[in-house]
Amino acid sequence: MTQPLIKVANLTRIFDVSKPWLNRIIEREQKQYLRAVDDVSFEINKGETLALVGESGSGKSTIAKMLVGLLSPSKGAVLFDDQPMRMDTSDEMQELRKRFQMIFQSPYASLNPRWKVMDIIAEPMTVLGIEEDQNQIAKRVDELLVLVGLSAADGAKFPHEFSGGQRQRIAIARALSANPEFIVCDEPTSALDVSVQAQILNLMRDLQDELGLTYLFISHDLSVVRHMANRIGVLYLGALVEVAESKALFKDPRHPYTRMLLDAVPDLEMAGREHKEIEGEIPNPINPPSGCTFHPRCPFANERCKNEVPKPVQTQTGFAACHGVEEGRI
Amino acid sequence: MTNPLLSVKDLVIEFPTRFGPLTAVDTINFDLAPGEILGVVGESGAGKSLTGSAIMGLLDPPGRIASGEIWLKGERIDNLPNEAQRAIRGRRISMVFQDPLTSLNPLYTIAEQLIETIRTHLKVSESEARKRAIGLLDDVGIPAAERRIDDYPHQFSGGMRQRVVIALALAAEPELVIADEPTTALDVSVQAQIIDVLKEQCSERGASVILITHDMGVIAETANRVAVMYSGRIAEIGPVKDIIQNAMHPYTVGLMGSIPTLAQEEDRLVQIPGSMPRLNDIPQGCAFNPRCDRAFEKCRIDRPDLIDQGTRQVACWLYDETVLAKGKIA
Repeated sequence: MTQPLIKVANLTRIFDVSKPWLNRIIEREQKQYLRAVDDVSFEINKGETLALVGESGSGKSTIAKMLVGLLSPSKGAVLFDDQPMRMDTSDEMQELRKRFQMIFQSPYASLNPRWKVMDIIAEPMTVLGIEEDQNQIAKRVDELLVLVGLSAADGAKFPHEFSGGQRQRIAIARALSANPEFIVCDEPTSALDVSVQAQILNLMRDLQDELGLTYLFISHDLSVVRHMANRIGVLYLGALVEVAESKALFKDPRHPYTRMLLDAVPDLEMAGREHKEIEGEIPNPINPPSGCTFHPRCPFANERCKNEVPKPVQTQTGFAACHGVEEGRI
Repeated sequence: MTNPLLSVKDLVIEFPTRFGPLTAVDTINFDLAPGEILGVVGESGAGKSLTGSAIMGLLDPPGRIASGEIWLKGERIDNLPNEAQRAIRGRRISMVFQDPLTSLNPLYTIAEQLIETIRTHLKVSESEARKRAIGLLDDVGIPAAERRIDDYPHQFSGGMRQRVVIALALAAEPELVIADEPTTALDVSVQAQIIDVLKEQCSERGASVILITHDMGVIAETANRVAVMYSGRIAEIGPVKDIIQNAMHPYTVGLMGSIPTLAQEEDRLVQIPGSMPRLNDIPQGCAFNPRCDRAFEKCRIDRPDLIDQGTRQVACWLYDETVLAKGKIA
C-alpha cells in the first residue's frame, strides 16, 4: 500500500451569506449560512489521480481552494504529507507550498496579460525562492515550454498571442516550474474545444507518467473524469456521496445520484436511446433538504432517508453514503 | 424528398476589416426537411452560430451576408426588408439562446413577456394570450404554471428559465426553431431534461429544429442529421448514426476520437494536432490540410466541395472519383 500524500479529514466550509446588518434588523431576519462543503474526508495516494465530480454548487472548487490553502476550512483539516495546511506565511508553509500547485479553469483569466510568457512561467521559481540565477531560470523556462509542447521562442510572447489550448499549456508549464509533487486541476479543460481538450488531457497524463505527479482533478464532465482518474469521488450539495475506483464506479454505480448522473450524460454510443426521466434540480444549498439531501430527487427514498443523514457504507472499492445501499435494497 | 422547409444555398458571411473582408462562413449549402432535427456541430469559430443568426436575420453588423440565398418554404428570406423580416422572426423562425438569464428581461414577469410575444404575432385577446401562456409553460414542464407565470425570471432556476425560453420560442407556433447551445450553461442532469423538452415539444408541434452545439453527445441523442463544420465550411453532413459510427472526413474522424466517452476504455484520446486556423489565416486548399494526417498534394492547392457519398456528403478529396481513379492515396 502506498502512503497517502494528502489526507483530508472532516473538511467543512461554511460561508456567511447573510444580508447586511441593517437589513437584518429592519427585516427581522436571522443570519444565513451556506454549508459549501460538509464533512468531507478522503485521501490521495502518491502518483494517483483522484477526481471529484459534481454539478454546480456541489463544493468542488471550494474543496480545491482549501486543499492548496487559498481558503481556510471552517472545520476539519488538510494534511499534506502529515503536515497541516495553513494559510499563514510561516517558514514551514513556504516550504510546503513548493510541493503543490494549481491549474485553473480559464486560461484567459489565470495568465497576466501584461506579462511575457517567460515571466509568467518563472514566477513560481522566484516567489518560492527555488532558483535565483537568472540564466538557470531562463534555461528552465525553455525546458518547460518544450515539455508542454510549445517552443522555447514562445517565451518572449504575450498570452494574447496564444489560443486557448496553448494558454492552458502555459498554465501547466507554470504549475510545473516549481517541481511540485501534487497539482490541483480545477476544471482544466472545460473552457476548451474537444479536440484541444484531448490534447491537454493527453499532455497531463504524459506528464504524470514522466514526473510521477499526483493530481486532484476536478470536473463536471464524467467522461473526462473516466479518462483521467484512478479513483472518483462524487459530490452532491457539498457532501461526498460515493467514492469508488474509476472502473467500478462506471460499471456498478451504487449511490442513486451517481446512477442518475451517469444516465444523464449524453453519449456517442447511445444514439437514439431514451433517457430515464430525471426528476428535479439541485436544491438551494442555503436550505438543504433534511436527512439525505438527495431524497427529494431519489426514486428509492423512504421515510428514513427524509429524517436521517446517511453514513458512509463500505462498498467494494470505496464507500457510498446511502441508506438504501446500507439496507441492501438498492 | 419532400419540399424542404429551409434551404441554405451558397451562403457566405463576411466581416469587412481594414485589411479586406474576413470570410467567416464560406459557401455552405444544406436543406432542412419539415419536422427534421439538424445538428450543427463544430469547435468555436467554425461558423455555427453565425449560420444560425443569418437564417434568423440577426447578423450583427459589420457582419453581413456577402452572397448566397436562404429560402423558407419556397420564399427567399435573406434579402427581405427589415419590416418583412421582423414578421418572420419569432413568428415562423424562432430562437433559443445559450444563456437563459440574458435572453429574458429581468424587469418583466414571465407572464408579461410571454403575453407580449403571443400578442405580437397572433391576433388574440389579453386573456386568451394568458391562457395560452399558461398552457405553454405547462407543456414545457413548469410545475404550478398558473401561479408561477407571475414570477420574475430571477425566481426561477437555470433549468426552469431555459424552459421558459423554450416556451417563448414556441409561443407563436413557429415552423423552425434555432437552438444555439441551449444547454451549455446548464448542469448535466438538467441538460438531459431540457433536451427532452425541446425535442418533444417541437415534434408535437411539427417544428423543425436546428440544434447548434459543440457537444457531439447531445447531437447523437437528439438529431436526425448532423452537419460538421470546420473553419466556416461544412466538412461532412449526413444521418447522425452513419457519421458517428463511420465518419469519413478526417476532421470528423479526429473529432470523434478526441471525445472521451463513457463506454470505451482507450488509454489515450486521439488528438488532432494544432488548432483551427484564424479567419485571416485560412490555408489554401482544404482548410483542414495542415492538421490532416491523410493530406496530399491536391489538398494543399484546391478546395474540396461536398461530394455525395450514399446518404451523406463529404468535403474531402479522398473521396473524389478522379483522385480515387488515379489511386494516389495510400
